[in-house]
Amino acid sequence: MNIIKAASAGTYESSDAFVEIAPCEQGVSITLESVVEKQFKKQIQATIMDVLRACDVAHAVVRVKDFGAIDCVLRARVHTAICRAADEKKVQS
Amino acid sequence: MKRSMLFTPANNAGNVMNAGALASDRIILDLEDSVSPLEKDAARMLAYYALKYMDYEKEVVVRINAITTPFWKDDISAVVPGLPQFLMVPKINCADDIRIIDEYVCEVEAKHGIEVGTVKLIALIETALGVENAFEIATSHARVSALFLGAADLSSDVHSVRTPKGEEIAYARSRVVYAARAAGIDAYDTPWPFIHDMEGAEADAMTAKQFGFTGKVAIYPAHAELFNRIFSPSQQEIEYAFGVIEALAEGEQQGKGVLTYNGEMIDAPSLLRAQQIVDMVNEMKGGRQA
Repeated sequence: MNIIKAASAGTYESSDAFVEIAPCEQGVSITLESVVEKQFKKQIQATIMDVLRACDVAHAVVRVKDFGAIDCVLRARVHTAICRAADEKKVQS
Repeated sequence: MKRSMLFTPANNAGNVMNAGALASDRIILDLEDSVSPLEKDAARMLAYYALKYMDYEKEVVVRINAITTPFWKDDISAVVPGLPQFLMVPKINCADDIRIIDEYVCEVEAKHGIEVGTVKLIALIETALGVENAFEIATSHARVSALFLGAADLSSDVHSVRTPKGEEIAYARSRVVYAARAAGIDAYDTPWPFIHDMEGAEADAMTAKQFGFTGKVAIYPAHAELFNRIFSPSQQEIEYAFGVIEALAEGEQQGKGVLTYNGEMIDAPSLLRAQQIVDMVNEMKGGRQA
């Protein structure tokens, strides 16, 4: 999917994550703030990258504020933000 | 077990995460009333990922939006690949509504390699027309596994006011139960809307049980726990059921079809009711129904 505009998904509530995504000319950059950053930074980044790859996103700026979201919540929020930024409503590929 | 189903807003991450730990027998991930139109996409996505990755250890229902809205097809496209056991379909007025939904669910199941007919439907009856057509709806398709009476919308539709005593929905309750039972499917009663009135919730659930409902839908976790208790057979009912079965077995050996147990005439219908209670006890123990 091509990121054509800035978009966001999620909330600032506990157990959730707030994801912002915007177009970028070259590559992917991820900024993460998490309440469990010390313990799970690598795993959270890997999950975000996994969703970006699955959605075929090659160029994007991604900012994630994590409030203790479990894996499937994080995946859902990143995927929703990607779809919104790509003007695409489909959930499954 | 199917004594209670608890609504969970599908876009609330905390609720979706914790739903499995609550007392209800089934979870309803709600895409309809509890989700704003602007967040439908996010709710669908969260419901799909929850279905795919969460092990709730209980059956999951997804309430989609009504076929009169622009959302229902996207709802089905998004969540059916996650394989919920049931889709709850609101504002069902007639058999054709079910056929329209079935046609699209078939399409999505086939597209994703899911055996057609896997995902069952729970028809939400919440209009006067739906109540009048309850049996037609219940028998419209093999996918329909239960009817669920929604009293809030129904009360508005018939220009009535929802009251704690529920006299205004007595006809609808009867009609929905009779339609469901005649069709051989389950019937779920409307939620108790007065959240903190637990005494009222108990009385309302007792009434629903007396009408013949299978269980009751909850909008508050404590209600689900209460409904599980009410819709489980009591110790007295269990003892009575085993007593009836034993007495009738003895009577059969003596060539008697009708006899008395604890001063009450018992016969074949008593055995049927007793067997239903024993089946529920076995199901609660994790065993199989007879």
